[in-house]
Amino acid sequence: MDVRYVNPFVKSVTNVFNTMLQTEVTVGKPFLKTPKCDRPDVSGVIGLSGDVTGVVILGFTKDVAIAVAETFTGAKLTWDDPDFADALGELANMVAGGAKSNFEGMNASISLPSVIVGANHEVVGSRANPSLVIPCDAPMGHFTVEVALKIDKPAVVGAAS
Amino acid sequence: MKILLVDDSRTIRNIQKNILGRLGYEDIAEAADGVEGIEKLNSENPGLILLDWNMPNMDGITFLKTIRAEGNTTPVIMCTTEAEKSRVVQAIQSGANNYVVKPFSTDTMAEKIEQTLSRVGTSA
Repeated sequence: MDVRYVNPFVKSVTNVFNTMLQTEVTVGKPFLKTPKCDRPDVSGVIGLSGDVTGVVILGFTKDVAIAVAETFTGAKLTWDDPDFADALGELANMVAGGAKSNFEGMNASISLPSVIVGANHEVVGSRANPSLVIPCDAPMGHFTVEVALKIDKPAVVGAAS
Repeated sequence: MKILLVDDSRTIRNIQKNILGRLGYEDIAEAADGVEGIEKLNSENPGLILLDWNMPNMDGITFLKTIRAEGNTTPVIMCTTEAEKSRVVQAIQSGANNYVVKPFSTDTMAEKIEQTLSRVGTSA
Protein backbone atom coordinates (compact mmCIF):
# COMPACT_ATOMS: atom_id res chain seq x y z
CA MET A 1 0.00 0.00 0.00
CA ASP A 2 1.32 3.41 -0.94
CA VAL A 3 2.08 5.33 2.27
CA ARG A 4 0.71 8.51 0.63
CA TYR A 5 -2.71 7.05 1.17
CA VAL A 6 -2.15 7.10 4.93
CA ASN A 7 -2.20 10.91 5.13
CA PRO A 8 -5.96 11.23 4.54
CA PHE A 9 -6.54 8.95 7.53
CA VAL A 10 -4.18 10.99 9.72
CA LYS A 11 -6.04 14.17 8.77
CA SER A 12 -9.41 12.53 9.22
CA VAL A 13 -8.82 11.03 12.68
CA THR A 14 -7.48 14.32 14.03
CA ASN A 15 -10.43 16.21 12.50
CA VAL A 16 -13.04 13.77 13.87
CA PHE A 17 -11.66 13.83 17.43
CA ASN A 18 -11.18 17.60 17.31
CA THR A 19 -14.70 18.31 16.01
CA MET A 20 -16.84 15.67 17.72
CA LEU A 21 -14.90 15.08 20.98
CA GLN A 22 -13.29 18.53 21.28
CA THR A 23 -9.93 16.89 21.92
CA GLU A 24 -6.53 16.80 20.28
CA VAL A 25 -4.96 13.65 18.86
CA THR A 26 -1.21 13.19 18.50
CA VAL A 27 -0.36 10.88 15.63
CA GLY A 28 2.85 8.82 15.63
CA LYS A 29 4.81 7.31 12.77
CA PRO A 30 2.82 4.63 10.91
CA PHE A 31 4.28 1.12 10.86
CA LEU A 32 3.57 -2.20 9.19
CA LYS A 33 1.37 -4.52 11.23
CA THR A 34 3.07 -7.68 12.43
CA PRO A 35 1.87 -10.61 14.58
CA LYS A 36 3.78 -9.04 17.50
CA CYS A 37 1.65 -5.87 17.48
CA ASP A 38 -0.59 -5.18 20.51
CA ARG A 39 -4.08 -6.53 19.98
CA PRO A 40 -7.16 -4.45 20.72
CA ASP A 41 -10.12 -5.26 22.99
CA VAL A 42 -12.54 -3.23 20.89
CA SER A 43 -12.43 -2.62 17.13
CA GLY A 44 -14.61 -0.34 15.00
CA VAL A 45 -14.45 -1.76 11.47
CA ILE A 46 -15.41 -0.17 8.14
CA GLY A 47 -15.05 -1.86 4.76
CA LEU A 48 -14.38 0.00 1.52
CA SER A 49 -15.38 -1.15 -1.95
CA GLY A 50 -15.15 0.20 -5.50
CA ASP A 51 -11.90 1.71 -6.80
CA VAL A 52 -10.60 1.40 -3.22
CA THR A 53 -11.07 -1.92 -1.44
CA GLY A 54 -10.04 -2.93 2.05
CA VAL A 55 -10.71 -2.16 5.69
CA VAL A 56 -10.20 0.63 8.19
CA ILE A 57 -10.11 -0.40 11.85
CA LEU A 58 -10.08 1.80 14.93
CA GLY A 59 -8.55 -0.33 17.72
CA PHE A 60 -8.80 0.40 21.46
CA THR A 61 -8.17 -1.20 24.81
CA LYS A 62 -11.40 -1.61 26.78
CA ASP A 63 -10.70 1.32 29.14
CA VAL A 64 -9.77 3.70 26.33
CA ALA A 65 -12.77 2.61 24.27
CA ILE A 66 -15.13 3.37 27.17
CA ALA A 67 -13.47 6.75 27.79
CA VAL A 68 -13.71 7.67 24.09
CA ALA A 69 -17.34 6.54 23.82
CA GLU A 70 -18.27 8.45 26.99
CA THR A 71 -16.60 11.62 25.72
CA PHE A 72 -18.37 11.30 22.36
CA THR A 73 -21.85 10.60 23.78
CA GLY A 74 -21.57 12.71 26.93
CA ALA A 75 -23.06 9.78 28.87
CA LYS A 76 -21.76 7.18 31.33
CA LEU A 77 -21.41 3.88 29.44
CA THR A 78 -20.42 0.27 30.01
CA TRP A 79 -18.96 -1.88 27.25
CA ASP A 80 -22.16 -3.95 26.92
CA ASP A 81 -24.41 -0.90 26.50
CA PRO A 82 -25.73 -0.69 22.87
CA ASP A 83 -24.74 2.98 22.78
CA PHE A 84 -21.10 1.98 23.40
CA ALA A 85 -20.86 0.03 20.12
CA ASP A 86 -22.98 2.62 18.32
CA ALA A 87 -20.60 5.44 19.32
CA LEU A 88 -17.42 3.60 18.31
CA GLY A 89 -18.97 2.43 15.04
CA GLU A 90 -19.98 5.98 14.21
CA LEU A 91 -16.44 7.24 14.97
CA ALA A 92 -15.00 4.60 12.61
CA ASN A 93 -17.56 5.64 10.01
CA MET A 94 -16.53 9.30 10.26
CA VAL A 95 -12.79 8.54 10.12
CA ALA A 96 -13.17 6.30 7.04
CA GLY A 97 -15.66 8.65 5.36
CA GLY A 98 -13.48 11.70 5.95
CA ALA A 99 -10.44 9.94 4.49
CA LYS A 100 -12.41 8.68 1.50
CA SER A 101 -13.35 12.25 0.59
CA ASN A 102 -9.65 12.95 0.01
CA PHE A 103 -9.45 10.33 -2.73
CA GLU A 104 -10.93 12.65 -5.33
CA GLY A 105 -11.82 11.14 -8.67
CA MET A 106 -12.30 7.66 -7.28
CA ASN A 107 -15.54 5.80 -6.94
CA ALA A 108 -15.48 4.28 -3.48
CA SER A 109 -18.19 3.25 -1.05
CA ILE A 110 -17.98 2.57 2.66
CA SER A 111 -19.86 -0.15 4.51
CA LEU A 112 -21.99 0.23 7.58
CA PRO A 113 -19.76 -0.05 10.67
CA SER A 114 -19.22 -3.22 12.67
CA VAL A 115 -17.87 -3.24 16.22
CA ILE A 116 -15.96 -6.22 17.62
CA VAL A 117 -15.59 -6.58 21.39
CA GLY A 118 -13.28 -9.24 22.91
CA ALA A 119 -10.04 -9.13 24.88
CA ASN A 120 -6.90 -9.19 22.72
CA HIS A 121 -8.64 -10.07 19.47
CA GLU A 122 -7.19 -9.77 15.99
CA VAL A 123 -8.96 -8.74 12.80
CA VAL A 124 -7.20 -10.78 10.12
CA GLY A 125 -7.02 -9.25 6.67
CA SER A 126 -5.75 -10.40 3.31
CA ARG A 127 -2.10 -11.53 3.23
CA ALA A 128 -1.76 -9.78 -0.14
CA ASN A 129 -2.89 -6.52 1.38
CA PRO A 130 -0.75 -5.71 4.45
CA SER A 131 -2.01 -3.32 7.11
CA LEU A 132 -0.41 -0.07 8.14
CA VAL A 133 -0.95 0.93 11.75
CA ILE A 134 -1.25 4.61 12.66
CA PRO A 135 -0.57 5.04 16.41
CA CYS A 136 -2.68 7.76 18.03
CA ASP A 137 -2.70 9.36 21.47
CA ALA A 138 -5.61 11.33 22.91
CA PRO A 139 -6.24 12.50 26.49
CA MET A 140 -8.37 9.34 26.93
CA GLY A 141 -5.40 7.13 26.04
CA HIS A 142 -3.67 5.32 23.18
CA PHE A 143 -5.50 3.82 20.20
CA THR A 144 -4.71 2.83 16.62
CA VAL A 145 -6.09 3.36 13.15
CA GLU A 146 -5.30 0.32 11.03
CA VAL A 147 -5.55 0.74 7.27
CA ALA A 148 -5.35 -2.06 4.70
CA LEU A 149 -6.29 -0.80 1.24
CA LYS A 150 -5.94 -1.92 -2.34
CA ILE A 151 -6.28 0.96 -4.78
CA ASP A 152 -7.18 0.06 -8.37
CA LYS A 153 -7.04 3.56 -9.80
CA PRO A 154 -4.50 6.29 -9.03
CA ALA A 155 -6.10 8.99 -6.91
CA VAL A 156 -5.43 12.68 -6.60
CA VAL A 157 -4.86 12.44 -2.85
CA GLY A 158 -5.88 15.50 -0.87
CA ALA A 159 -8.07 17.00 -3.58
CA ALA A 160 -10.88 17.56 -1.09
CA SER A 161 -10.31 19.56 2.07
CA MET B 1 -42.62 22.49 14.52
CA LYS B 2 -41.65 18.83 14.62
CA ILE B 3 -38.24 17.71 13.30
CA LEU B 4 -37.58 14.16 12.08
CA LEU B 5 -34.10 12.69 12.58
CA VAL B 6 -33.32 9.76 10.26
CA ASP B 7 -29.97 8.19 11.18
CA ASP B 8 -28.97 4.63 12.14
CA SER B 9 -26.68 5.97 14.89
CA ARG B 10 -28.46 6.79 18.16
CA THR B 11 -25.33 8.71 19.20
CA ILE B 12 -25.72 11.07 16.24
CA ARG B 13 -29.47 11.45 16.84
CA ASN B 14 -28.78 12.36 20.48
CA ILE B 15 -26.17 14.95 19.46
CA GLN B 16 -28.62 16.42 16.93
CA LYS B 17 -31.38 16.48 19.59
CA ASN B 18 -29.12 18.43 21.95
CA ILE B 19 -28.32 20.99 19.25
CA LEU B 20 -31.99 21.32 18.27
CA GLY B 21 -32.98 21.71 21.94
CA ARG B 22 -30.56 24.61 22.29
CA LEU B 23 -32.16 26.21 19.22
CA GLY B 24 -35.62 25.86 20.76
CA TYR B 25 -36.81 22.79 18.83
CA GLU B 26 -38.02 20.26 21.39
CA ASP B 27 -40.57 18.33 19.32
CA ILE B 28 -38.45 15.56 17.75
CA ALA B 29 -39.29 12.29 16.02
CA GLU B 30 -36.65 9.64 15.28
CA ALA B 31 -36.10 6.87 12.76
CA ALA B 32 -33.18 4.44 12.41
CA ASP B 33 -33.40 3.88 8.63
CA GLY B 34 -35.22 5.05 5.51
CA VAL B 35 -38.12 2.61 5.86
CA GLU B 36 -38.88 3.77 9.39
CA GLY B 37 -38.26 7.32 8.20
CA ILE B 38 -41.09 7.09 5.65
CA GLU B 39 -43.43 5.67 8.31
CA LYS B 40 -42.57 8.52 10.69
CA LEU B 41 -42.85 11.11 7.91
CA ASN B 42 -46.41 9.97 7.26
CA SER B 43 -47.43 9.69 10.91
CA GLU B 44 -45.59 12.67 12.43
CA ASN B 45 -45.80 15.25 9.62
CA PRO B 46 -42.47 16.98 10.43
CA GLY B 47 -41.49 20.46 9.20
CA LEU B 48 -37.82 19.49 8.70
CA ILE B 49 -35.86 16.26 8.21
CA LEU B 50 -32.18 15.62 9.07
CA LEU B 51 -31.17 12.66 6.92
CA ASP B 52 -28.17 10.31 7.00
CA TRP B 53 -26.96 8.72 3.75
CA ASN B 54 -25.60 5.25 4.64
CA MET B 55 -28.22 3.30 6.57
CA PRO B 56 -29.53 -0.30 6.57
CA ASN B 57 -32.82 -1.28 4.86
CA MET B 58 -33.20 1.98 2.91
CA ASP B 59 -30.44 4.55 2.44
CA GLY B 60 -30.92 8.30 2.57
CA ILE B 61 -30.83 8.92 -1.18
CA THR B 62 -33.50 6.29 -1.82
CA PHE B 63 -35.60 7.82 0.98
CA LEU B 64 -35.18 11.26 -0.58
CA LYS B 65 -36.05 10.16 -4.13
CA THR B 66 -39.06 8.23 -2.82
CA ILE B 67 -40.60 11.10 -0.87
CA ARG B 68 -39.95 13.67 -3.63
CA ALA B 69 -41.50 11.33 -6.23
CA GLU B 70 -44.58 11.22 -4.02
CA GLY B 71 -44.71 15.03 -4.02
CA ASN B 72 -43.52 15.56 -0.43
CA THR B 73 -41.77 18.95 -0.13
CA THR B 74 -40.61 18.79 3.51
CA PRO B 75 -37.16 20.46 3.70
CA VAL B 76 -34.34 17.93 4.05
CA ILE B 77 -30.79 18.47 5.31
CA MET B 78 -28.47 15.60 4.43
CA CYS B 79 -26.08 14.89 7.32
CA THR B 80 -23.48 12.37 6.21
CA THR B 81 -19.81 11.36 6.01
CA GLU B 82 -20.15 11.42 2.19
CA ALA B 83 -18.15 14.57 1.49
CA GLU B 84 -17.18 14.29 -2.19
CA LYS B 85 -18.55 17.00 -4.47
CA SER B 86 -20.18 14.36 -6.67
CA ARG B 87 -22.16 13.10 -3.65
CA VAL B 88 -23.29 16.60 -2.68
CA VAL B 89 -24.47 17.21 -6.26
CA GLN B 90 -26.28 13.84 -6.27
CA ALA B 91 -28.06 14.70 -3.01
CA ILE B 92 -29.12 18.16 -4.18
CA GLN B 93 -30.35 16.74 -7.52
CA SER B 94 -32.30 14.13 -5.57
CA GLY B 95 -34.10 16.84 -3.62
CA ALA B 96 -31.97 17.75 -0.58
CA ASN B 97 -32.29 21.38 0.52
CA ASN B 98 -28.99 21.56 2.40
CA TYR B 99 -25.94 19.44 3.24
CA VAL B 100 -23.85 18.91 6.39
CA VAL B 101 -20.71 16.77 6.36
CA LYS B 102 -19.89 14.61 9.41
CA PRO B 103 -17.97 15.35 11.57
CA PHE B 104 -19.89 18.57 12.21
CA SER B 105 -19.52 21.25 14.85
CA THR B 106 -22.53 22.40 16.86
CA ASP B 107 -22.25 25.83 15.21
CA THR B 108 -22.24 24.38 11.69
CA MET B 109 -25.26 22.21 12.34
CA ALA B 110 -27.15 25.09 13.98
CA GLU B 111 -26.28 27.41 11.07
CA LYS B 112 -27.49 24.91 8.43
CA ILE B 113 -30.76 24.30 10.28
CA GLU B 114 -31.51 28.01 10.64
CA GLN B 115 -30.43 28.69 7.03
CA THR B 116 -32.71 25.94 5.71
CA LEU B 117 -35.71 26.97 7.78
CA SER B 118 -35.31 30.65 6.91
CA ARG B 119 -35.25 29.75 3.19
CA VAL B 120 -38.61 28.00 3.53
CA GLY B 121 -39.99 30.62 5.93
CA THR B 122 -40.36 28.50 9.07
CA SER B 123 -39.16 29.12 12.63
CA ALA B 124 -39.36 27.46 16.08
